[in-house]
Amino acid sequence: MSGLIAVYRRELAAYFQTPLAWVFLAVFAFAAPSFAWRAGRFFDTGRADLAPLFDFMPWLLLILMPALAMRTWAEERDRGTLEMLLASPIPLWAAALGKFLSAWTISALALVLTFPMWIAVNYLGAPDNAATATAYLGALLLAGGYLAIGQALSASTGNQVVAFVLGTAACVLITAAGLPMVIDALSDQAPGAAVEAVAELSALARFDSLRQGVMGLPDLVYFLSLMGLGLGVAMLLIDARRGVGR
Amino acid sequence: MILAEALTKRFNGVTAVDGVQFTVDRGEVLGFLGPNGAGKSTTMRMLAGCLEPDEGHAEIAGYDAALNRHDAQARLGYLPEGAPAYPAMTPRGYVRFHLRARGFSGSVLRDACDHALARANLGPAADKPIGALSKGYKRRAALAAAIAHDPPVLILDEPTDGLDPNQKDGVRALIADMAPKKAIIISTHLLEEVDTICSRAIVIAEGRLLVDETPHALASRGSDHTIASAFRSLTGSVSEVLRDPSGEGGA
Repeated sequence: MSGLIAVYRRELAAYFQTPLAWVFLAVFAFAAPSFAWRAGRFFDTGRADLAPLFDFMPWLLLILMPALAMRTWAEERDRGTLEMLLASPIPLWAAALGKFLSAWTISALALVLTFPMWIAVNYLGAPDNAATATAYLGALLLAGGYLAIGQALSASTGNQVVAFVLGTAACVLITAAGLPMVIDALSDQAPGAAVEAVAELSALARFDSLRQGVMGLPDLVYFLSLMGLGLGVAMLLIDARRGVGR
Repeated sequence: MILAEALTKRFNGVTAVDGVQFTVDRGEVLGFLGPNGAGKSTTMRMLAGCLEPDEGHAEIAGYDAALNRHDAQARLGYLPEGAPAYPAMTPRGYVRFHLRARGFSGSVLRDACDHALARANLGPAADKPIGALSKGYKRRAALAAAIAHDPPVLILDEPTDGLDPNQKDGVRALIADMAPKKAIIISTHLLEEVDTICSRAIVIAEGRLLVDETPHALASRGSDHTIASAFRSLTGSVSEVLRDPSGEGGA
């Protein structure tokens, strides 16, 4: 546990010791309301809710979360600090989880920066606050899933740019799998059961019910599994470095 | 305290370390010598548990470096080659991170951190970002992190590389001071260092252990009874033999 806390604190401090966290938070604080206002026509819907914000959230997160996760292991490999980390008595699960939780904390902070919009809709009308809170939880879970995928791909390379490109591509894949146009295209090529399975695996479909304020156990299990899978793959890839060297 | 038993490591079919074995007891400082690419750092990384051997095994303070990695690494202070560290952190933050990861907290952590920074002679540099420090200070920051938890075993890969003469003397004095209570391995290209601080010396070349004896015995192998001439004759001849095993090399 001491290893987990040490890594979490170091990683969180590292985000703020460099411009990364500040730039990330500033971009998110600017981009999220901009999407809602401009593309989501926040003031034209005539409803006091945050639907325009959450409609575009997956697309914003699938770019920003791999940017946050790209340094996780690629930087350690590039700088040679991975050797020091692997020679210290920090279990690999604690290192992976500590890194993940620190990045997840930053993404939670970013979501908190959109709270003024929540306050504004309460001032303008009477939104369903429970549904909004569920949508925020969904956004946090989605961010966690993307971060875990980003961490797994960061562990596969010593180059942060490559990690970012791979992470974004993977996030696009698991998100776009649930789009109607993808489902329609697949319907012509693949059997119905396969198309249904692809749609079920889509992060977009899982986020959709949470976005509407409905939290089901399968959705929760899906996102937690996605995080577990990403961190598990990252641990396997880093542990394999013990066999092949730097 | 340190056991290397028939350690072998191959990278892409090339044998980097070939059946290296030795032991180091408490109170010994073992000098690890060899030309570049001889397998020194690979051997040290296998001992530190950050690289798994293909054959053989390593033990630190009685714990297998691969099977009981956590227990072995808890008793080890390791300075990797090039002394990598996080550039945005200060040496103080870096040492505190290492101590926190080993379960230190509160005043015990503070005292151990201050003591390690003082022993590594960081001075005011302790509170500047590592990325802004000279190579010598970076190495001393990594050294402070390696010794902060007062481990019984130290593995230091070129601890004096990049230091000025005064700093080198300081690190050698520190190693000599810690030596009676610890088992220490240092790798170095500075042969005078072996004479000054090592109680035993190992020479490896092309991944194979050539000699394991006292610095005095090693020096006696040289044409002019110096470690430098012994090193040249040992590593030069093995390179020739390994390149031409038949011994029928042409002119």
